[in-house]
Amino acid sequence: MRNEDLRSFAIRYGFIILLIGLSVYFSLAATGFFSARSAVFVFQSVAITGILALGVTCTLVVDGFDLSIGSVATSALMLSAYSMVVLEQPAYVAVLLCLVMGAVVGLVNGLLIVKMKVPDLLATLGMMFLLIGLQRIPTQGNSIATGMSLADGSTAEGTFSAAFLWLGRHRFDLVLERLVPVPVVIFLLVALAVWIFLEYTRHGRLMYAIGSNQRAAELVGANVHRYKIMAYVISGVTASIGGILLAARLGRGDIASGNNLLLDSVAAALIGFAVLGAARPNAFGTAIGALFVGILLQGMTMLNAPYYTQDFVKGAVLVCALVFTFYLSSKSSAARKA
Amino acid sequence: MTTTVLTIEGVRKSFGRNEVLKGIDLALNAGSVTVLMGANGAGKSTLVKAICGIHSVDAGDMNLGGASYAPATAAEALSQGVVAVHQNIDDGVIPDLDVATNLMLDQLTKADAKTFVRDRVLREQAKEIAKSMGLKMDVRVRVSDLGVADRQMIAIARAMAHSPKVLILDEPTSSLSASEADRLFALIDRLRDQGVAVLYISHRMSDIRRVANRIISMRDGQVSGVFEQDNLDYEGAVTAMLGHKMTEVNIVPKVSNAPVLQIENLSLKSNWPAFDLTANEGEVIAVTGLLGSGKSQLADIIFGLRKPASGTMKIDGKPYNPANASAAIDAGVFMSPKDRGNNAVVGAFNISDNMSLPFLRAFSHFSFINGRQQRRAATEMISQIGVVCQSEEDSIGTLSGGNQQKVMIGRWLLKPSRVLLLDEPFQGVDIGARRDIGRHIRETAAKRTTIVFVAEIDEAIEIADRIVVLNEGNIVGEHTNQNINLGALVAQITGEKAA
Repeated sequence: MRNEDLRSFAIRYGFIILLIGLSVYFSLAATGFFSARSAVFVFQSVAITGILALGVTCTLVVDGFDLSIGSVATSALMLSAYSMVVLEQPAYVAVLLCLVMGAVVGLVNGLLIVKMKVPDLLATLGMMFLLIGLQRIPTQGNSIATGMSLADGSTAEGTFSAAFLWLGRHRFDLVLERLVPVPVVIFLLVALAVWIFLEYTRHGRLMYAIGSNQRAAELVGANVHRYKIMAYVISGVTASIGGILLAARLGRGDIASGNNLLLDSVAAALIGFAVLGAARPNAFGTAIGALFVGILLQGMTMLNAPYYTQDFVKGAVLVCALVFTFYLSSKSSAARKA
Repeated sequence: MTTTVLTIEGVRKSFGRNEVLKGIDLALNAGSVTVLMGANGAGKSTLVKAICGIHSVDAGDMNLGGASYAPATAAEALSQGVVAVHQNIDDGVIPDLDVATNLMLDQLTKADAKTFVRDRVLREQAKEIAKSMGLKMDVRVRVSDLGVADRQMIAIARAMAHSPKVLILDEPTSSLSASEADRLFALIDRLRDQGVAVLYISHRMSDIRRVANRIISMRDGQVSGVFEQDNLDYEGAVTAMLGHKMTEVNIVPKVSNAPVLQIENLSLKSNWPAFDLTANEGEVIAVTGLLGSGKSQLADIIFGLRKPASGTMKIDGKPYNPANASAAIDAGVFMSPKDRGNNAVVGAFNISDNMSLPFLRAFSHFSFINGRQQRRAATEMISQIGVVCQSEEDSIGTLSGGNQQKVMIGRWLLKPSRVLLLDEPFQGVDIGARRDIGRHIRETAAKRTTIVFVAEIDEAIEIADRIVVLNEGNIVGEHTNQNINLGALVAQITGEKAA
């Protein structure tokens, strides 16, 4: 019994304790780690990945998976650049176009999965490929920047508008001057919205029910198809938000950026399983998962660990978190049954 | 002279608190087909799994061909000559490979098998096997392109490659047509002549008449009847399986003439007969019948999960033709499905969330769930229906089967309904929980009509005002639940003419 208490405590709080311990260690070991600027930097480094991860979380909740988020984000990046630089549209048009694009991709993903019965991994993998290709076609595979030459020989005259760049670069004053960047605020707002949606609305509850036992959800009258499609639409829209913020930070339509977005965000969502012993996808866990990776990388960077060790560290964290989630919690549920 | 191949003595098996096998004795003879009958939850599949080494037994002895037999794994059982073909045919074949490879699969897995497969040799050997089993298909055809019957034959042929002493067939005809089943029976006859002891599990009376040398009925984890060669008493076997020992019931059947659900000229499947059924307010009807009698189809049709082949339904005089479950629920028709594990329980949720799942809208304001309201409704239902738990926030997985079922039934009693359908509400439920559920359903029955779908006669008699018997998609009998002529009831269930 003592042992079991200990284990359930470890499952519940282990990850949070690890997070705090890590922060304390870095604060002591790396000068400058324990400061508001440094904390904000951590948040900023994970804001975009985190937003994408919250979308994936929604698809994981309905027992699905969205591999296309990374390419939706880069498509949004290219689309916003294209609409401003080549089409010379104002910022709000660019943002709207991207959000609609994300929603449409999510809708198509959902329809492929629900109506065409394509398995989720395959449908979104196909969509990922399609988007990676599609975003290169209008610019013949080039990055987009003011002054680039177009296919008809003219040069692109449009610029990234100041309002659009504000989304990526402005910093709000909070105690310190120019402290909190806009993407961090948006990340926190999206996290709050997704958390409330999944935990406190009946729609979220039904989505969890679908993920746990689809047949049972169907037989209590839930519209399973609509909820599944909704999950992919949410995922598409959040991914396009991530893409917009990335474009606003970079200030150009860089074809090569955003390569790591998919893996990083999926990792954050999966690490989230381990937070508070939830053993299921959840918004709070996802946000913490993203922060965990951010803190670890920030601390290691300040301790002069070379940049090329980063992916290795992320992978190690992910594997540990998965062991936490699946091995320990399966043991504790076995103990409960016996 | 018959020789006994497998004897089982006093075998017991429990899962947690749930005792599934309560001391089974049985013997299988060479060259004889023993049919094992039993309702859902009687323990048939557990017994089969114990014999095949999938489950270990808690107590008792098994003896195979004179030697003690206690297989630890399925592979060990196989090597000693005990082979089972399970209900789900695709477990026994690999659909993406051709017939030859499927038939020779067990050769390929042998430790001394050659690394490179020579297709020509493989096909030759496979043809031999096919011929000896009377299979006529081309061995190069992919199994996924074959019909169900052929796949089944291949699964059995594979099993025969082990030259088994005991062959177990678990509901082999459940997905076969009549002519396909005939081919299977011919094969069984051949195996019987070769001296194999066959254990054949089925509910279908026509199958049983065709193949049985002996019938063993199981009920509630025990052998409830053994019927031998010269005196195969089918009705006796069914009675032993379904049970008829009068549990003391003090139901005074209500007679009501206020129709709620009217079913007219309904045919469950194309080419099945059409029938009428009227369910009245305040009445509890038990629809009973064997597996395949159309019980589940009827429940599904009323709940909008399938379309009838023909016929109409009315609720309170208004036409009722639900497109899906949610339309049915909107019309006040609720159903607690059978097989709660697959169809009802949301394993990730606690009791309160499981219970209120269909009615989350009613517990929400602007889509936000009012947790206090939801929990209050759940705790009230928990105490009414008597769920044994610490609190309404216990995970559903911590409850026993009977208590889980109470939660699933309570789910549909949270809000008033016009028609309440309960498909096998007592499946895997202990007697105490069964009483609680039955009592509660009868107590709350006044303002709706209730239709309970059960296979066991006992359960029907315990709960119903009126018992309706289905056989092969038709209503063949109706009884008011008072001084029922059990003989006639059983005869109708099995489709015999009343003697």
